[in-house]
Amino acid sequence: MDITIPILILAIPLFMFIFLGLVGVKMSHKLAGTLGTLGMGTVLILSYYTAFTYYFSGNPAFIDGTNRLQAVIFDQTWLQFTPSLAIKLGFLLDPISAMMLIVIPTISFMVHVYSLGYMHGEKGFQRYYAFLSLFSFSMLGLVVATNIFQMYIFWELVGASSFLLIGFFYTLPSAVSACKKAFIVTRFADLGFLIGILVLSFYTRELDFLPMTQNPAGVLASFEGASFLGASALTWALVLIFTGGMGKSAMLPLHIWLPDAMEGPTPVSALIHAATMVVAGVYLVARLFPLYMLEDAALMFITVVGAATAFYAAMVACAQIDIKRILAFSTISQIAFMMVSLGVASRNNVAIHEGLGYMASMFHLFTHAMFKALLFLGAGALIHAVHSNNYTAMGGLRKYMPVTHITFLIGCLAIAGIFPFAGFWSKDEILAACFANGTFWGIWMMMVAAMTAFYMFRMYFLVFWWDNPDYEKEHHGHRPHDPGLAMSLPLVFLALVSTVAGFIHFGEFVTFDGHEYQIHINWAIAGLSMGIAVVSIIFAGWLYAKKNDRPKRMADSCRWLWTAAHRRFYWDEIYLFITRRIIFDGICKPIAWFDRHIIDGTMDGLAFITNKASVAIKGFQSGKVQMYIWWYLMGAVVLGLIVAVCVL
Amino acid sequence: MDYSQFLALKQEIGLLIVFLLVFLTDTFADKKSAKAVPYIACIFMLAQTAYGFFLSHAPATEAFAGMYATSPVLVAIKNILNVGTLIVLIQSLKWTNSEFVAVRRGEFYELTLLTLLGMYLMISSRHFLMFIIGLETASLPLCALVAFDKHRYESHEAAIKYVLTAVFSSAILLMGLSFVYGLAGTLYYDGIAIGLMGQMGVMLAVALAFVIAGFGFKISLVPFHLWTADVYQGAPTSVTSYLSVISKGSAAFAFLVVLTQVFGAFYADAWEWMLYALIVLTITVGNLFAIRQTNMKRFLAFSSISQAGYIMLAIVGDNAMGISALMFYTLVYIFSNLAAFGVIGAIENATGKVDMTDYNGLYKTNPRLSFTMMLAMFSLAGIPPFAGFFSKFFVFTSTLNGTDSAALYVLVLIALINTIISLYYYLLVVKAMFINDSEQPIATFRSACSERLGMWVCVAGIIGLGIVSYFYDYLLTVVG
Repeated sequence: MDITIPILILAIPLFMFIFLGLVGVKMSHKLAGTLGTLGMGTVLILSYYTAFTYYFSGNPAFIDGTNRLQAVIFDQTWLQFTPSLAIKLGFLLDPISAMMLIVIPTISFMVHVYSLGYMHGEKGFQRYYAFLSLFSFSMLGLVVATNIFQMYIFWELVGASSFLLIGFFYTLPSAVSACKKAFIVTRFADLGFLIGILVLSFYTRELDFLPMTQNPAGVLASFEGASFLGASALTWALVLIFTGGMGKSAMLPLHIWLPDAMEGPTPVSALIHAATMVVAGVYLVARLFPLYMLEDAALMFITVVGAATAFYAAMVACAQIDIKRILAFSTISQIAFMMVSLGVASRNNVAIHEGLGYMASMFHLFTHAMFKALLFLGAGALIHAVHSNNYTAMGGLRKYMPVTHITFLIGCLAIAGIFPFAGFWSKDEILAACFANGTFWGIWMMMVAAMTAFYMFRMYFLVFWWDNPDYEKEHHGHRPHDPGLAMSLPLVFLALVSTVAGFIHFGEFVTFDGHEYQIHINWAIAGLSMGIAVVSIIFAGWLYAKKNDRPKRMADSCRWLWTAAHRRFYWDEIYLFITRRIIFDGICKPIAWFDRHIIDGTMDGLAFITNKASVAIKGFQSGKVQMYIWWYLMGAVVLGLIVAVCVL
Repeated sequence: MDYSQFLALKQEIGLLIVFLLVFLTDTFADKKSAKAVPYIACIFMLAQTAYGFFLSHAPATEAFAGMYATSPVLVAIKNILNVGTLIVLIQSLKWTNSEFVAVRRGEFYELTLLTLLGMYLMISSRHFLMFIIGLETASLPLCALVAFDKHRYESHEAAIKYVLTAVFSSAILLMGLSFVYGLAGTLYYDGIAIGLMGQMGVMLAVALAFVIAGFGFKISLVPFHLWTADVYQGAPTSVTSYLSVISKGSAAFAFLVVLTQVFGAFYADAWEWMLYALIVLTITVGNLFAIRQTNMKRFLAFSSISQAGYIMLAIVGDNAMGISALMFYTLVYIFSNLAAFGVIGAIENATGKVDMTDYNGLYKTNPRLSFTMMLAMFSLAGIPPFAGFFSKFFVFTSTLNGTDSAALYVLVLIALINTIISLYYYLLVVKAMFINDSEQPIATFRSACSERLGMWVCVAGIIGLGIVSYFYDYLLTVVG
C-alpha cells in the first residue's frame, strides 16, 4: 500500500492543530470550525479508504487466503540512541488498528459537526477545534503504533489533549481541578506503564510489537527464570503495562478521574471519555494479547479488576443525579466488560475457541463507541435545552424533544442489550465468553448487565417521562426544544449505526489470530440475558415512569446503601485522605522545609560568599598602570618559582 | 634564493595586496571618493576570506629554511580569523563614517588589516624571530587603533596603558626566549624541542614562565590581564571587539602551537601546572569582576577574560582534540562576542549610551536588538542549543580526553561552577532588557544596514553552529 494516505491520516489533524492553534485567533469562529471539520472529514474518507482496502482489497500484504495479516506500512527511525536502540515511528495495519481507523474518525467527525452547534458562540472556539485536532492526531497515532514506545508517546499525547479539553472552560475552578485530577491520576498510572515497557524491553531486547506478538514463545524464552517477589518478571511486566491501561480506562481503583472529567464540554466527553481514549487501555491489552496469553496470572488480574469495576460502577450509576455522571459510570462499567472479556479469553480455556473473548471485546468496543457517543451527544442536547446536568431539572421531555427522545431511547436499548440493537450482539458474545470460562464470571457479568439496563432506563424514564415541570415558567417562556441540524444529524446517524451495527459479521474482520471466527449466537445465554434486561427495564418503568413516591420509599428502606453509592463509595474521600493527610502533611511538608531552609540557604550563602569575594578583590584593578606591571612581573616570577621549587 | 617559495605565503600575500589596495586608494583618492574606502576594504576582505576557503586543501609546506609553515589547520584558523575580521569591518562602517572619524577612516582599515597580517605570521612562524616580528606587527598598530578616538580622554588613557603593558610584556617574553636560546642554541621550534631535551631546571622554568606571561598578556590571562578592562572600555567599540576576539583567538592558537611543539616534552613537568593555576585564576577572577560591572564594554572585558580561561582548557589537555576544540571555541566566540559588541556599538552609535542601566526596558523599544543580545548572552553562557554550549562542551571533553588525572577533573569542575556564576551576570543583561522597567528607555531606532548585516551573520552563526554538526566535523577532519 502506498504510504501517502497513511501519512496524510496523521499529518492532516496535526497540521490542523498547528494551523488553528497559531492563526485560529485571527479567524472567525465559523471559518475555524469549518476548517477543522473539513480536515476531519478528509481524514474520515482517507481512513475509511485505508480500512476498506485492508479488509476488502484482497491484497496479499493484508490477507493470505482467509488469514488476515499484520502489515507495517512504514516504519521510520526517529531517534537513534545506540546502534541497537532506536525509537521508530510507523504505521501498522492489522484487524484492530483498521477497526479503530473506522471508529476514531467516525466519532471524531460526528463530534466536530455536533460541536459546531453545541459550542456555538463559546469563547475560545478556535482553540477548541485545535485541541480536537490534536486529540484526533494523537489517538490515531496511538492505534497505528508499530512499537510500544511510539504507543507510549501518543499515549501521553492523548493524555495531554484530554487534559487540555477537560480544562477547556478554564475559568471554572471545578474544570481546572478536574483536568488536573485526570492528568495526575493517568500520569501516575503511566509510570507503571513505563516501568512495564522497560522491564519488557529489557528482557526481550525489542520494542516493536510484531516480533513480540508473532513469536510469544521467544518472549517467554527471553524471560526464562526471571522473577520478582514470587511472580515471574513477565507477569510483572504485563501487569505494570496493564496499570497504564487501568489509568486510561478508569479501572478500579484509578477510576476517580473519569466522573470529574465530565466538567469538559459534552462533545469532548463523547469523543474522549466515552468512545475513544478511555478504550485505549483495552486496545493496549488487545495489542499485546499474545503475550498476555502466556501468563494466566496477568489475565486473572485483568478479569478480577474488570469484574469488580463493572459491578462497582453499575452500583454507583444507579444512585447519581447528574446525567453525565450516570453516563460516565456506565462507561466505566462497559469498559470493564471489555476488560473482563479479554481476561476470560484464556489459553487454557479449551471448551471454546480462545478468540471468542478477544473478538467479543473488540466487538463491544466498536458498538459501545457508537451508542455511548450517541448517548453523550443526546445528553448534550438535553443539557443544551434545560441548562442543567441534573435529571431533577428534567422530566416529560419526550413531548418537547422528539428527535432527541427517539435517538436516546435507541442508545438506551442498545446499551441494555435488547434485540436487535448493537449492544445485544456484542454483550451476548461477552457473556458467552464469560460462561465458557466459568459459571461464576458468567452470572456475575449477567447481573451487571441487568443493572446496566436498570440504571439506563432509570435515567431514561426520569428524563423523558416522570414529572412534567413547568418549563415555561422556569425558562422565561422558553420551552425546551430539539437542537439544530448540526447537532441532530450526528444523533440520527449514530442512532442508525447503533441499530444496525450488530448485524456486522464482526468475526470475519477482527479476530485474535487473523482467522475468521464464526459467530454462533448462544440463544440460551442471549435469551436469558435479554429476559433479565427486559425485567430490569419493566422494573425501572414501574419505579420511574410516573411521578410517585416508590423510589423514595425504596431509597429510604436502604438509606446507607443509597448514600454510599451516591457518594461513589467514598473513593474520593479516601484518596483525599491519603494525599492530603499522609503525603502532603507527612512527607511533602518536611521536604519543603528542607528545600527552603537548607538547600536555598546553602545557595544564598554561596551567592553571598561570591559577592563578598568580588568586593574583596576589587582593589586589584586599581587603574594604575604601574601596579598593573608590578602584578604582571610578580605573576611571571611566582609562576616560574612555583614550578622551580615544586618540580625540582 | 628560490623565489618560488613565496608561493607558500598565498594568504599573506593576498592580505598584503588587500592592504596595499586600501592604502593606495586612501592615499590618492580625493575627498569625495575617499568615502568608498571602507566599502573597498570590506569587499576585498570578503574576497580574501573567500580565497582562503579555496586554499583549504592546499598541502602542508614550509618556506624560508623552515621559518614559515602552512598546513590545512593553519589555513582553517586563518579563515576563522578572516571571517571575524570581516564582520568587525562591516560592523565598523557606520562608525567610520561618523563625523569625527570620517577624515581618517582609511587608517582604521589599514591598521586593522596590518595587525591581521601580523597575526598570520605569528601563527605560521616556526622560528621565534619570525614569531616576534609577527607579534609586534600585530601589537603596534593595535596601540594606534586603541587611541583612534583621539578627541576622547579615555581613548588616550587606554592607549598609553596598552603601550606600556605591551612593551613590558614583550620585554618579558624576549627575556624568556633569550633564556631558551641560551639553553637550546637555536630559535627554530623543532630545534629547540630537541635542544632542550633533559635540560629541565630553574633556568628553563623561569624561561617558560616568562614565555607564558608574554602570551598571557595577549590572551589576557590573570594576572597579566589588568590592562584589559581599561583598554576595552576606553578604545572605540569596533577596536574593542577586534581586540577581544581576533587578537585573542590568534594568540591562543599561537600559544597552543608553541606549547605543544616547542615545550611539548615539559608538559607534565612544568607547563600543565602553570596553565592549570592560570586557568583557575583567570576564570574565577574574571567572573568575580564581571559580576560587579555596570559599563557594558567593561563587563564584556571581564567576560572575555573568563572566556580566555575556557579557551585555555583546550590546551591544558595536551591532545589532538584540543586543536579542533580551540578552533571551534574561537569561531563560536567570534560570533557570540561580535553579536554582543554589534548591539553595543549600534546603541552607542545611535544614543551614546553604554551603561547596563541604560538597557532597562530595551525589549519594549528595540525587540530585535534585544533578541540578538539575548542570543549572544545565552551563547556566551553556554545554554543549549546555541553554539556556546557545544563549544564549551567540546573544550571540556578535550581536557578530559584520554586522561584519568583527577586534577583535570577538578579543573573541569571548577570551570563548570564558574559557568554557573557567569550565567548570573550574563542573565543580568537579559533581565535588564526584558524585565526591568525604565522611565526613559532607549528610544526606538533603526540601526544602519551594515550593523544589521553584521548582527544577522552573527545570529546565524550562533544558531547554525549550535544545530549543524558539519562545522565541528570539518574541523575534526582538518586536524586529522
